Amino acid sequence: MTKYITVIGLEVHAELKTKSKAFCSCSTEFGGAPNTHICPVCLGMPGALPVLNEQVVEFAIRAGLALNCDIKYFNKFDRKNYFYPDLSKNYQISQFDKPICLNGYIDVDVDGVEKRIGITRIHMEEDAGKLVHSGGNISTSDFSAVDYNRAGVPLIEIVSEPDMRSAEEARAYLENLKAILEYTDVCDCKMQEGSLRCDANISLMPEGATEFGTRAEVKNLNSFRALVRAIEYEVERQKEILENGGRVIQETRTWDDANGKTLSMRSKEEAHDYRYFSEPDLVPVELDDAWVERIRAELPELPAQRQARLIAELGLPKYDASIIVSNKAMAEYFDEAVKTTKDAKGIANWLLGDVSAYLNNEGITISEFKVAPAHLAELVNLTKEGVLSSKLAKKVFAEMLKGDKSPKILVRELGLEQVSDEGAIMKLVEEILAENPQSVADFKAGKERAIGFLVGQIMKKSKGKANPTMVQAMLKEKMQ
Amino acid sequence: MDLFKYTAHELHEKLVNKEITAVELVNSVYARIDEVEEQANAYISMSKEEALAQAEKVDAKIAAGEAIAPLAGIPVVFKDNINIAGQVTSCASKMLDGVSAIFDAHATENLRKEDAVFLGKANMAEFSIGNTTDNSFFGAAHNPWNLDCVTGGCATAAAVAAGEAIWALASDTSGDLRQPAAYAGCVGIKPTYGRVSRLGLAAYASSMDQIGAVTKDVTDAATVLNAICGKDDRDSTSWAVETPDFTQALVADVKGLRIGVPKEYFGENVDAKIKAEVEKAIEQYKELGAEIVEVSLPHTQYAVRTFYVIANGEAGANFARYDGVRYGYRNMEAQSASDMTARSRNEGFGEEVKLRLLFGTHVLSKGYYENYYVRAMKVRTLIRNDFEEAFKQCDVLLTPTTPVLAEAYNTEMDAFAKYELDFTTVTANLAGLPAITVPCGMVDGMPVGMQLIGKVLDEATILKAAYTFEQATDFHKAMAPLGGNK
Repeated sequence: MTKYITVIGLEVHAELKTKSKAFCSCSTEFGGAPNTHICPVCLGMPGALPVLNEQVVEFAIRAGLALNCDIKYFNKFDRKNYFYPDLSKNYQISQFDKPICLNGYIDVDVDGVEKRIGITRIHMEEDAGKLVHSGGNISTSDFSAVDYNRAGVPLIEIVSEPDMRSAEEARAYLENLKAILEYTDVCDCKMQEGSLRCDANISLMPEGATEFGTRAEVKNLNSFRALVRAIEYEVERQKEILENGGRVIQETRTWDDANGKTLSMRSKEEAHDYRYFSEPDLVPVELDDAWVERIRAELPELPAQRQARLIAELGLPKYDASIIVSNKAMAEYFDEAVKTTKDAKGIANWLLGDVSAYLNNEGITISEFKVAPAHLAELVNLTKEGVLSSKLAKKVFAEMLKGDKSPKILVRELGLEQVSDEGAIMKLVEEILAENPQSVADFKAGKERAIGFLVGQIMKKSKGKANPTMVQAMLKEKMQ
Repeated sequence: MDLFKYTAHELHEKLVNKEITAVELVNSVYARIDEVEEQANAYISMSKEEALAQAEKVDAKIAAGEAIAPLAGIPVVFKDNINIAGQVTSCASKMLDGVSAIFDAHATENLRKEDAVFLGKANMAEFSIGNTTDNSFFGAAHNPWNLDCVTGGCATAAAVAAGEAIWALASDTSGDLRQPAAYAGCVGIKPTYGRVSRLGLAAYASSMDQIGAVTKDVTDAATVLNAICGKDDRDSTSWAVETPDFTQALVADVKGLRIGVPKEYFGENVDAKIKAEVEKAIEQYKELGAEIVEVSLPHTQYAVRTFYVIANGEAGANFARYDGVRYGYRNMEAQSASDMTARSRNEGFGEEVKLRLLFGTHVLSKGYYENYYVRAMKVRTLIRNDFEEAFKQCDVLLTPTTPVLAEAYNTEMDAFAKYELDFTTVTANLAGLPAITVPCGMVDGMPVGMQLIGKVLDEATILKAAYTFEQATDFHKAMAPLGGNK
């Protein structure tokens, strides 16, 4: 049977975090009552003219530099023509043949294997408005209304090379890209709100083939899970067609998340002819070298650099470091926490373990996590110093989630300090030994397990506060 | 007193000297409108209340001893594609009939600062598409020199010549300011592309649209430019340069001025009678001490076709916003959004506009883009280069403003022959150059205009040359008789 190679390229639209829109001064704020963030420019009124927001260019350059692109010092806008009610001018101001960035890449790591994914281009453009259907969807609605609040919100479109060969590579690319856009603070990357949107071009080719197969473009992928599932679905769908001697047709498909499948939207024949031409209302963008260099100099630490730092300077395992840096807010939390503890691995364990579990459970992000980084560090320190056993630490952590009390205060309030006082522990050991002669005899007869029972009894008696290491050591010493 | 007969600068003197009031002036113009509008059909809408309020404000200033701006209290008509907030901007189309502008054009803002008096909106070719007003949704306008003749692409100059306005704010994309000015015996100036902000001008071909003035003489033209030119941050294509005082150019002196006469503008395709009048003007310049230089603009023959490819391509996108969704004409029977847009556009646009949109869509389509649009853009560069070369040998260029008289439109012409009649004016739009038309003769009772084209941002030289000619002649003083069979 023929083996097929999957070929994937991604087109990612990222809404830029500018305060005002790309070509007017309206707010870009998400939400808002319909048609409250609009003006003659957003509405395409006669005589309205676009004026480029300089911040859009700055953000596009910043993203381009972070994605290792060549910045094009001369770039220009074009009109992309198509009719749709949410597109007020019935053309979108975009960049066609002279985009602002070319030839970038992202290095990704899938199962320990490094791979470089090329970025063909990044261009700037404006978003469209939104249709609000009176019914559940467009076909069952009596009417639709248009909300132009989003019309003119700036986007960058980041087009990858068809360099990915699996859903996992695509996922890794998108995760890395998202992290870079977050680190550079150009996009808030909320896939659910649509501020980061992804389309995937997917094709199959027989192993050994030199030319790519016919691709399907899948739209509406608004989560990592949707991306992975859609690719897996498409691979199976196309494989079945090819194995039955059929031909995949070039078309645009949409991901139906509820039913877990892709559906045909339009074929190549029905594809739009966008009739691009230079936007005569705007002058070409000519970048100043000093500007680009200033942006380059101001680039923040990027995920790859941060990961290297966490490994080299703080001794984190690569796995821990990669997960922490993939989320900017978590990485910042981590950096804040390690300011007050030397136990970086301890912080990482909490973040990757109980903290992540809690966040997932609550359905919140680390930005909404109430426990202060310094408090988590204090908890790690208390454990490290032997004040708290790991079991009690979890108990304290549970209390920390309920308010903003520091672990030290909670330990005191709950009376949970671990007893590491030799005299006090010896007293407990002696009491338990006296109460359990049978176990002492068992131990002396060579039953090592008996010591476990005795430790358990002491911990019970001390309400978990006795330092278990000391208890173990002193029991052994006493029974020898 | 027939105050409507005077120029803006004459009326300014009268206002300042308290010989007249601004209210008397605006009433005189409206009375004239009442008298002749039925014949002329130069107006689409009027704003009498606003005009009176503006006039009263000016009178109050004068009464209070305050200084007033040169255009204060002077009644002006706007071409109906330039926004006045709160008034309809119809572009003479069913598509925008009744659609009020919600913001002022930049030029309008500037004229408000001057305390100009806004009379209303002038008739025009639908969306400026066409060199006559025959396709106006509000009916064709008539030339006050002969009511049986066309006004050209808009009725602003007809309104001025008929005494229905003292001057007009108009736009020029293909010559649709200069050609009507020539046909009405007016002065018409299209400044350098980018001199006047396009903000608030309903776009036709964005890379060529330019706001300018139609006036009774060159002094008024310079005065208006002073008011409307200047950098506007809301129009990215507006020039970031200081606006000179254009009235400084009003000096009657062309000694040593090198006037280039491009032979391509005096060929077989120009009416011999027009040529004769323009040649007399050339002689006049010689007598006044100018140096006449024969030059060549070899790519002129491609200008109209180049213009139509680019302009229709841009118009196709610019007019796409008229879809019945947000404002303007909407078909109410359609059952889907796409059907609503298709039917609204089919019913809201006139035939010529639809023809141009099809043309514009075609030249940008896959498989045709390279052959038409890209090639036209290249020829546009060649046309620009022609001018650059010519301006190495001369300071201004002198041509007929129109190749035919207004009455030529009364004979049957095929559409492309009609398009070709724009060849004398579209070149300045393609190259973005300033150009002025001034009356230079009469043929069969109809005015003839000559055009002076200047270098980029050099309005001063064409104003000076035009002013010198005007001072030596009386053509600008003739009054339109409002005759004819109409």
